[in-house]
Amino acid sequence: MKIVVDFDLCQSHGLCTQAAPELFEIRDDGFLYILNEEPGEAMRDKLDRAARECPTGAITVDG
Amino acid sequence: MARHVVVVGASLAGLRAVEALRRRGHEGSITLIGDEAHPPYDRPPLSKQVLCGAWAPERVPFRQKEGYDPLNVDVRTGVRATSLERFDNRVALSEGGPISFDGLVIATGAGPRTLPGASDLSGVFVLRTLDDALALKGALVPGARVVVVGAGFIGLEVASACRSLGLPVTAVELAEVPLSSTLGERMGRAIMSLHADHGVEFCTGVGVQELQGEGCVEAVLLSDGRTLAADVVVLGIGVRPNVGWLEGSGVEVEDGVVCDETCATSRPNVVAAGDVASFYNPRFGIRQRVEHWTNAGEMADAAVRRLLEGPEVEPYAPVPYFWSDQYDVKIQFAGHVQPGDDFLMLDGAPGERKLVAVYGREGRLTGAVTWNRPPKLIALRRAIGQGGLLSDVKEA
Repeated sequence: MKIVVDFDLCQSHGLCTQAAPELFEIRDDGFLYILNEEPGEAMRDKLDRAARECPTGAITVDG
Repeated sequence: MARHVVVVGASLAGLRAVEALRRRGHEGSITLIGDEAHPPYDRPPLSKQVLCGAWAPERVPFRQKEGYDPLNVDVRTGVRATSLERFDNRVALSEGGPISFDGLVIATGAGPRTLPGASDLSGVFVLRTLDDALALKGALVPGARVVVVGAGFIGLEVASACRSLGLPVTAVELAEVPLSSTLGERMGRAIMSLHADHGVEFCTGVGVQELQGEGCVEAVLLSDGRTLAADVVVLGIGVRPNVGWLEGSGVEVEDGVVCDETCATSRPNVVAAGDVASFYNPRFGIRQRVEHWTNAGEMADAAVRRLLEGPEVEPYAPVPYFWSDQYDVKIQFAGHVQPGDDFLMLDGAPGERKLVAVYGREGRLTGAVTWNRPPKLIALRRAIGQGGLLSDVKEA
């Protein structure tokens, strides 16, 4: 399972950081950082939720 | 578990309901009914990227045609639900015979309010659908004088887009300060200044008496007697929930479909989500109808859970979230603010185009607003959800 973020679409809304704080962080520079690009299966629900709640549809889950 | 689920309304809430049904294990059939010709698409870009011409309309659909295959859903676009039978689980449609259901998701959204005489004049627009956006975009030709009636989020996003196209814009607003009922007077004034800095003229504390013109709009007559010359008029004066088709159905309606804290309506096996739903939010102890993107998706999921799992599901108690892009400022808001709530600027200032501010009542956080500070907003949204205190964030 791999996290793919389209940074051209990401507008740093930050909802993913609430849905899955273990995986996403927006730093003071205003940009989104992926904390773990290949998380274990246990994170799938949170990651799916982050993808679903992204207002720009920038997050996809590969695998 | 419901065998055949019908979802009425094919926008964000409707599509998310279909997705949630499959994700949560519904194995029966699903029909998605939508009155627009287009399959579900994303509305926020309409007033921004689409209007400015940065995005072609092909970019707004949520899924391409083949994207519906894994959902195994019968998508029926261009079809309107005309009524819900009182004593039968059946929905009548504008096309084809009535359709039976075991479970029903009402997600018919809301439609824009308009002004008397508006439909008789060309050059007068609302902005809700893709077709609305493309029609308006076509009218934004060089030199067109734009009058925006209603300086709410839609009106101000249109103003922002029109200014980026170099068109002169006047915004007319009934309230003295735009957005003051949603964000409070100080934030309303700050947003007004942002627009004034970008050349938007304001007429506030005044209504519209009449739209004038022969065939096409030529001017807007204000209630104080002033006249504004106009080639394009955009009405952003709010929406009405689309509930006409539910008349006589036994589904209770009052400013939207009345739902309890689990998205259940007054009829068994009928739930509602999105802009059309007036739900009890136990987090704030109020009934509310939320007309924002995030709520449409979150509530659709909660409504499906209720449909599949019954009344014991955990209550839907969101901290509403919305955003608005105006010029180079991303305004983000979380919470629910009422008139008279305290307002506290924590950091930054409107002039810096960066700020963090919070709202509170009786010492407890009720809302937060930021400009270009996404990480702060999300932290505050979490704090509001946890019943955080104003005193806890003062140092933030």
